[in-house]
Amino acid sequence: MNWEAVIGIECHVELKTQTKMFCGCPNEFGAEPNTNVCPVCLGMPGALPVPNRVAIEHMVRAGLAFGAEIPAFSKFDRKNYFYPDMPKDYQISQFDMPLTSGGEVKYWLDDGTMKSCRLTRIHLEEDTGKSSHAGSGDGRIAGSEYSLVDFNRAGVPLMECVSEPEIRSSQDAVAYLTSLRETLLQLDVSDVKMEEGSLRCDANVSIRPVGATELGTKTEIKNMNSFRSVQRAIDSEIRRQIETVEAGGRVVQETRGWDEARGETHTMRSKEEAHDYRYFPDPDLVPMELQGDDIDRLRSSLAELPWQRFQRLTGEYGLNVKQAGQLIDNARLAEYFDRVVTASRNPQQSTNFVLGDLSRLANESGVAVADSKASPDDVAELIAMVDAKTINSKIAKTLVERMWKGDGSPKAIVEREGLSQTSDPGAVETFVDDVLAANPNIVAEYRAGKTNVAGFLVGQIMKASRGKADPALVNTVLKRKLE
Amino acid sequence: MSDFSIERGAADIARAVTAGSLSAADIVEAVLSRVDAVDGSVGAYLTPLHDLARGTAANVDARVRAGERLPLAGVPLAVKDNMCLTGTRTTAGSKILEHWVAPYTATAVARLLNAGCVPIGKANLDEFAMGSSCENSALGVTRNPYDLSRVPGGSSGGSAAAVAALEATIALGSDTGGSIREPAAFCNLVGFKPTYGRVSRYGLIAFASSLDQIGPLTRSVEDAALTYDAMAGFDTMDATSLDREVEPSATALREDLRGLRIGLVRQFDTKLLGTDVDAIYKKAYDDLAACGAEIVEVTLPTADYGLATYYLIAPAECSSNLSRFDGVRYGLRVEAKDVQAMYEETRAAGFGPEVKRRILIGTHALSSGYYDAYYVRAQKARTLIAHDFEKAFAGCDLIACPAASSPAFAFNAKSDPYSMYMMDYYTIPMSLAGLPALSVPCGWVTPPGGSAPMPLGLQLCAPLFAEPLLLGAAHAYERATKHATQHSPRVEAVSP
Ligand SMILES: [Zn+2]
Repeated sequence: MNWEAVIGIECHVELKTQTKMFCGCPNEFGAEPNTNVCPVCLGMPGALPVPNRVAIEHMVRAGLAFGAEIPAFSKFDRKNYFYPDMPKDYQISQFDMPLTSGGEVKYWLDDGTMKSCRLTRIHLEEDTGKSSHAGSGDGRIAGSEYSLVDFNRAGVPLMECVSEPEIRSSQDAVAYLTSLRETLLQLDVSDVKMEEGSLRCDANVSIRPVGATELGTKTEIKNMNSFRSVQRAIDSEIRRQIETVEAGGRVVQETRGWDEARGETHTMRSKEEAHDYRYFPDPDLVPMELQGDDIDRLRSSLAELPWQRFQRLTGEYGLNVKQAGQLIDNARLAEYFDRVVTASRNPQQSTNFVLGDLSRLANESGVAVADSKASPDDVAELIAMVDAKTINSKIAKTLVERMWKGDGSPKAIVEREGLSQTSDPGAVETFVDDVLAANPNIVAEYRAGKTNVAGFLVGQIMKASRGKADPALVNTVLKRKLE
Repeated sequence: MSDFSIERGAADIARAVTAGSLSAADIVEAVLSRVDAVDGSVGAYLTPLHDLARGTAANVDARVRAGERLPLAGVPLAVKDNMCLTGTRTTAGSKILEHWVAPYTATAVARLLNAGCVPIGKANLDEFAMGSSCENSALGVTRNPYDLSRVPGGSSGGSAAAVAALEATIALGSDTGGSIREPAAFCNLVGFKPTYGRVSRYGLIAFASSLDQIGPLTRSVEDAALTYDAMAGFDTMDATSLDREVEPSATALREDLRGLRIGLVRQFDTKLLGTDVDAIYKKAYDDLAACGAEIVEVTLPTADYGLATYYLIAPAECSSNLSRFDGVRYGLRVEAKDVQAMYEETRAAGFGPEVKRRILIGTHALSSGYYDAYYVRAQKARTLIAHDFEKAFAGCDLIACPAASSPAFAFNAKSDPYSMYMMDYYTIPMSLAGLPALSVPCGWVTPPGGSAPMPLGLQLCAPLFAEPLLLGAAHAYERATKHATQHSPRVEAVSP
């Protein structure tokens, strides 16, 4: 039988704010345990939450970027359950009136295809603290001697993005996550670093016969800590489910952990007994009312989104997927690129210089292209000079290095050092004649039919002209003289 | 020591301290001696704060000498022990917090300290403010200063007893369904619950967040107004606090009630009251008329649903608010084999029966399958009750009714929870509607089986934000009737 996978992704994204969601403690990663805490985020008796406006604005901007609806009213609810690293033993979250609803994430595949996955919702909640268990060897609570809790993360604003089960492959899941991540980076609402836990995702995976409309029993995979592990975990889980069903077994609804080293998922806990979270409106917080003006202001702050940029770069400018991906990954490089294109009106050459020579120099020097001494206008000037055949490509490459070092604009360097291309037929003819006269043996070889020695002669002519001779003209003149 | 009389009111004390004719240091010594003399019998305080009181008094004197004008300079204050005060034990009357020392100060307390108050002690209360007699404290017994065999009322019983027994001039209480007004009535005090959101709840250990409100218990309306003025107003630390200007009420005290229409609620069940009690209230309404008020009848058709509504919403919120007392971070912890067992055993040992009862009711009311039938319906009923009050206030300026259905009763007289809950029959609807309401002394009656007359309280209730009107009118009534100052003998110092 042919099977298809049905995948839904839940992402938790820590929002980038100065302070936590409901108190004034710093929202920062990596501080000494339990130093960024106060009565509010520790849930001390009598302490009360006050919402962080910036976090709410981040949510609205993210919602707008994904085309979600922003309802006029929204509220915070309490999700009640006991957990040692949750100070109040309820989490302030959103239940039936989230800040955004619907929307979609548009993403692109390696072959350039655009796809999209609808969002169920994006809601705002507070993060929990972090437990660690000592003395058990494997860091798990079972068998540990004692547990430690760090509440620095407790109360950090957390955006939860829940997708519809519309993703069909692990590649699509990674592409979806890439687009989501790029968008949130672009909005500057999160650092989205999986290694620091500011982006965490779970995948809900089920399989069904191709053509079926009903959903199969799903499992939820956790503990994936890179996009690569997301892809591997989903693939492995799809395989496991198919093997289970084809062997006559049944997929059990459960939470499964991903073991990176062994490359397989394993049972974490059964989800058969559903939790009763006893959601109800948090009586310590009043409902939020968003004004149309505020939403308009936030909407106008949105720049071009990554998927839009992808379409522009591949469509309008003809970049390939890899090149477009490089620019979407790096907003500052993309901005630099756009300035070069705008000034040069030559997307092809802009791509060559920015993603080729300049990016290579950036890699070698550790200085970002946008921080280098070569300005986008200088690069555009260089492109114009190449287009006008004022310089040849070889000189151009040298000039890029000179510009990178801060030797000035390409025009200035060329003028100062007389590097402009020699296109004067008389001058080129002199170079050619000199080289032919100096190499009678080679000329004889050529005339005897060994035409590939022409390359050597061109090299000698270019050298004699200090690289300035117009290569096309050199070729023409040489050919004429030899035949 | 000066000849300071501990019966003097807050306004009087602040004036004298400001003028330099009295020192906060002398006042505090007089009050602390009174505490030492009578608190063994009364039990108002769970934690007396002698050292802090002396230190604060010295500081107040220094501030006054430095020219600071403090509206409550040197006024001795009792703080209900569900409000945080940095460095002091704050127990909420519960074993689960018996040894917890607050690391921060509640906004209301901080504002009073800033206004010159001197904290004398943390006052006893029903555990987590749940109760109507103060018998639910897990940590101590508080007795009514007018008859030590009777309860002081709850849940702010310690606060009320402290002020009635002259162990403080003013006290802070918290009112969720009547917990300031009812003990005020039992102890012949003015007990004032402001509009919900007027006084910050930051630092008040929550019982039911949408109902809890801090307010003063005092021996006069003027003191209540002064205390309220000093602590009301927007607080950035409390998202439910009202960002709306507070009109001072101390300057709105009236001499009569001319031009005011006072409504009596047709639906309120007077059968709850004994004949003697009913007679006192009838007299009180006559007195209101004698002060110039026009007495009218108003209807609150949904008022009778108050109790049922309250006993769904308040437990629902408390079931969630009290989750944090789990033994993980502070307070009592019972060691057990795993974390789940630790939660269970800690909470089993730490909470008293009334708290457990309400947590169970609330957990049930919020659980899936029952949420719509209980919690959502209760919220709807609450909205209807609030609307009823709005309509009623179209026909009157204030509403008058009893503050409690009986005077203070003897210990253990109300053994079943329901009869205890009925004590709040007259105060709960105002709490559900978030309205400002107060209890002012209105007479004395000898309860069945009692040897001495016990006080009763007249409840007055105003529309949202009408605190100046409410306190102003209560002041006129107090002046005319003098029940607050003419009273039977209170507890005597225990002879050494
Ligand atoms: Zn904090």
